[in-house]
Amino acid sequence: MAFKIIVCAKQVPDTNEIKINPETGTLIRDGVPSILNNDDANALEEALKIKDKHPDTHITVVSMGPPQAQEMLFECIAMGADEAVLLSDRAVGGSDTWATSNAITAAIKKIGDFDLIFAGRQAIDGDTAQVGPQIAEKLELPQVTYVEEFEIADNMKDITVKRQLEDGYELIKIQTPCMLTAIKELNEPRYMSMKGIFNKEKDIKVINAADAEIDLTIVGLKASPTNVYRSFTPKPKGKGITVEGDTEKDVAKTLLIDLKKKHII
Amino acid sequence: MATINFDEYKNVWVFVEQRDGKLMNVALELLGEGRRLAKDIAEDTKVCAVLVGDKVEHLAKECFAYGADSVYLIEDPLLKNYTTDGYTKVITDAANQFKPDIFLYGATHIGRDLAPRVAARLNTGLTADCTHLDVSVAGYIKYAEENTTLNTKSLDPNSPDKGLKMTRPAFGGNLMATIVCPRTRPQMATVRPGVMQKMEPIEGATGEIVKVTPEIKASDIKVEILDIVKSAKELVSLTDANIICSAGRGLGDASGFELMQKFADKVGGVVGASRAAVDAGWIGHDHQVGQTGTTVKPTIYFACGISGAIQHLAGMQSSDCIVAINKDPDSPIMEIADYAIVGDLYKVIPEIIAEWDNAEALYDATTK
Ligand SMILES: Cc1cc2nc3c(=O)[nH]c(=O)nc-3n(C[C@H](O)[C@H](O)[C@H](O)COP(=O)(O)OP(=O)(O)OC[C@H]3O[C@@H](n4cnc5c(N)ncnc54)[C@H](O)[C@@H]3O)c2cc1C
Ligand SMILES: Cc1cc2nc3c(=O)[nH]c(=O)nc-3n(C[C@H](O)[C@H](O)[C@H](O)COP(=O)(O)OP(=O)(O)OC[C@H]3O[C@@H](n4cnc5c(N)ncnc54)[C@H](O)[C@@H]3O)c2cc1C
Repeated sequence: MAFKIIVCAKQVPDTNEIKINPETGTLIRDGVPSILNNDDANALEEALKIKDKHPDTHITVVSMGPPQAQEMLFECIAMGADEAVLLSDRAVGGSDTWATSNAITAAIKKIGDFDLIFAGRQAIDGDTAQVGPQIAEKLELPQVTYVEEFEIADNMKDITVKRQLEDGYELIKIQTPCMLTAIKELNEPRYMSMKGIFNKEKDIKVINAADAEIDLTIVGLKASPTNVYRSFTPKPKGKGITVEGDTEKDVAKTLLIDLKKKHII
Repeated sequence: MATINFDEYKNVWVFVEQRDGKLMNVALELLGEGRRLAKDIAEDTKVCAVLVGDKVEHLAKECFAYGADSVYLIEDPLLKNYTTDGYTKVITDAANQFKPDIFLYGATHIGRDLAPRVAARLNTGLTADCTHLDVSVAGYIKYAEENTTLNTKSLDPNSPDKGLKMTRPAFGGNLMATIVCPRTRPQMATVRPGVMQKMEPIEGATGEIVKVTPEIKASDIKVEILDIVKSAKELVSLTDANIICSAGRGLGDASGFELMQKFADKVGGVVGASRAAVDAGWIGHDHQVGQTGTTVKPTIYFACGISGAIQHLAGMQSSDCIVAINKDPDSPIMEIADYAIVGDLYKVIPEIIAEWDNAEALYDATTK
């Protein structure tokens, strides 16, 4: 039986390109390109590496987002994924991570059985790193986050991963089915291939909340336990300060005190 | 969602993460922050440490010294090392039993693995990687006015609202959001390490130890930890470095990079260089920062004896904080520096090295 992998992928604005309008203090998103979230490219790449070795592996990419997210899913197919499902519905708009994971969990259940789920550790826009673990919780799956090395045994059951820690790593054994979240150290994502781009048999399915049989009381803005109270931009960087002092020692001390005060060190 | 009786939820809980029988720094920082919040909520609000592990009772003393009123002690041989399954289960059970109002975790690789699972199991909200917390609206207004561009006119400083206001960066730091959790309890957040203030420890402080017997069996834990490896800090590359100590032609000769290496070792950083220093043969090209070298974005970039040519700036100007040390007050690097130090790098750098470890104490002395 084919080994089935689900990859969670989010379309995000390239946050490196986002600028702040100094007059209004708002984000300028016009002209900012939308991309496949960085960690999700690593998640997909690891799934593709399994498929390289075991060609009957089936990879489904799942995403929740507006209809434009199809462009990103097309890219995933061109990299080598077999199919993609986009859950797109106003009812899921404004979801926090609790509600987002409810919606994606429903979509995954609709897709059917699977052996392995890869997600990115973190999306570069929302930046919470919460959706992967919360999907795992709702599917009652064991998880490993911050995966930097992955190996699966020939029985396609026993997995050994390195989980990154701040000061080293853990070597962890886990079995399918499970949820793993990828970081950039895991691999180097491949480019889209011509074969992938022209493979018209593969398709992107767009589904709505009803198709995924989503309970509407647990998705969307209203159902979300967290709300945005206020949002704002950080204070613009003023001109720097000249550090003064009678001796070099005084200068060094003044600098360090200020770095500490501003939590820079 | 079932309606929740908010009055049942009391106290500020802190997950005091320990690894290998040692408390993480961020745990102590959160106890300090917890104290600050508790004071703003109500007189009888307690700060409670949640201590999970095997044979970790001795750490309770440290929790009391740093501000905990009580310690919920959850011990079992199965909890010796952190596992998502084991810790999520026992912590969720304890939260269901004792009903905290607020529950804080360090935003470490463990806290950010654990907290989302606990939040999902408790069906409550979680705010990620916070850098500031408030309960009173007045406190929030003060913070916002001092540190942000937020227009606070619509906020009422006398509001009785004591909900937790959790502020965090998003969009790669381009946007800040304050998140609230109005309808469910506990209000949960992971908090970035190094941001909150530890309390001055009170030696010999004591408190109540509440022993919680965990319901946990080996089959609850679906992963097996084969090994935990501490890596001797590898030589990090420029792109990954948190702190970069760069030098240029102002060093005068190759031996100056010995001082730079000492500097980098002290601050836990990596040595960088301008092209002039590389072209002079003083250091390898892999250290070069700039248009034809590496582009970097560290937390702190020290530019020592570097004039700030446009090609150099192209590689480092989006660093979070730039400290320039240069003899010439009019050099272009001074224009973009957050901290400009006019002086001889050979005199200034040794003093920074000498005082580096005292930074915390020096700062504390100014707040007294
Ligand atoms: C400024 C701001 C701050 C916010 N702060 C919070 C907060 O503190 N707490 C909170 O609960 N919500 C918060 N939200 C809401 C949150 O961003 C959304 O719920 C979002 O849908 C998911 O969170 P994320 O982008 O952080 O994803 P992450 O949790 O960082 O994503 C991790 C991984 O999950 C998968 N994934 C995530 N989203 C999708 C998707 N739509 N489709 C497919 N896969 C996906 C991807 O594999 C991704 O790499 C905030 C939103 C904004 C705008
Ligand atoms: C196509 C092109 C690409 C380039 N790419 C790069 C690049 O990638 N990276 C790069 O760095 N450059 C690059 N350059 C070179 C760049 O134009 C500058 O020449 C170079 O950055 C200058 O290096 P510097 O600042 O170390 O030297 P200088 O400009 O000579 O500056 C030395 C500084 O040290 C100060 N100083 C002297 N003694 C002391 C002391 N004891 N204490 C404190 N300060 C002192 C001086 O006041 C002066 O400001 C490129 C140039 C070109 C044309």
